[in-house]
Amino acid sequence: MSKFAKKKSGELPAVSTASLPDIVFMLLFFFMTVTVMKDNTLKVKNELPQASEIKKLEKKDRVITIYVGAPDDQYASQYGSEPKIQLNDKFSNASDVGDFILMERAKKHQDLQNVLTTSLKVDRNANMGLISDIKQQLREVNALKVNYTTYEGDAFNNLKN
Amino acid sequence: MPRRAGAPEVNAGSMADIAFLLLIFFLVTTTIETDAGLDRMLPPIEPPENDVVIKQKNIFQVNISKSGQLLADGNLTELTALREKAMAFLENNGDGSCNYCREGKKDPTSSDNPTKAIISLKNDRETKYGTYITVQNELVGAYNDLRNREAERLFKRSFTDMEAEYIKQETPPSVKAELKEKITRIQDMFPQKLSEAETSSSSSN
Repeated sequence: MSKFAKKKSGELPAVSTASLPDIVFMLLFFFMTVTVMKDNTLKVKNELPQASEIKKLEKKDRVITIYVGAPDDQYASQYGSEPKIQLNDKFSNASDVGDFILMERAKKHQDLQNVLTTSLKVDRNANMGLISDIKQQLREVNALKVNYTTYEGDAFNNLKN
Repeated sequence: MPRRAGAPEVNAGSMADIAFLLLIFFLVTTTIETDAGLDRMLPPIEPPENDVVIKQKNIFQVNISKSGQLLADGNLTELTALREKAMAFLENNGDGSCNYCREGKKDPTSSDNPTKAIISLKNDRETKYGTYITVQNELVGAYNDLRNREAERLFKRSFTDMEAEYIKQETPPSVKAELKEKITRIQDMFPQKLSEAETSSSSSN
C-alpha cells in the first residue's frame, strides 16, 4: 500500500539551474578577454569613420589618444555643440595639444619616447579645421606618427549621413 | 553512527549570482577598444634644407572642397573613381624606366615613374572629417593595390599581409628580418609619397 502512496500526483520536477553559472562564467570570460579597462570617460560623441586600408595599432603602451567630437548631450549646454578636443578627462583647446603630448611623452619609458604614435579618435562629423590645428601642434612638438583611428568597413559609408 | 549517504551536497544556487556580479562589474568598467586605423606620417616642421624642384607633371593634386567635392589633377572627380585615377597616375611610367609597371600609359603629361610620383592632398577647413578619411583611404588603397600586386608576383603573398605580420608582436625576429627585406623591396618599387599641404582657409579660395 505504501508503495503507491509515495507517488505524488501531478507535481513537476524542479528545473535544474546547475548550468546557469557555467553560462554566466562563459560570458564573463568573453568580456574579460575582449575588453580593456576604461582609462578615461568619453565626454564627446565619438562615432569614428570607417576605412578599409587599416593597420592595427599593435603596442598599447606606445599610443597617446586624442579624442575629438561634439560634446555629449549632458555637456552640450555648457560647451555648445561645436566639436571639441578631449585630452585625458577634460575639454581643451587646440593650443593645449602640444603641451599634452610633451607631458604624456615624459610619462613614458625612455626607450619608448621616440616611437610614440598619436591616435586621433575623431568623430566623423567634425571638420578638418580643428584637425589641421591639431596636426600643426603635433608637428611643432615633433610627434609625427599619427594614426587616424577608424572602424573597419567600407570607407564610402562615411559619406552617408 | 555509520554514514549512509555520501558527502552532503553543497548548494550552488548562489554561484550564478556571484558570476553575474562579476560579469556586471566587467561590463561597466571596460570598453571594447578600436585600435586600428590609417597610419600616416606628418611632415616635419622644419623645411628641407635644399629645395628640390619637382616637375608639375609628377604631382597629382587632390583637392577636397568644403562641400566634399573632389578635384583630382584639375578635373572634378567622383570619389569612387579616385583610386583608379591615382593608380593610373602612379604607374604611368612616362620615362619608361619602370619595368614592373603593367598598365602604364606612358602619358608624357603624367608622372615619369613611380619613384618620382607624388600625390598631394589639400582640404578646406570646413571639409568633413569623414570625407577626408575616405579620400585618404582611397589614396592609401591605390598604393596598397599596386604593392599587393607586385608582392603577389614576387613573393606570392600580399603586401598588406606581410606588413601585418611584421608589426605583430608574436612574430619571431628571424621571420621579421626576412619580412623586412621583402617589405622594403616592395616599398622601394612604389614609395608612398603622399604629401599633405597646409590646409587652406575657406576665405582664400
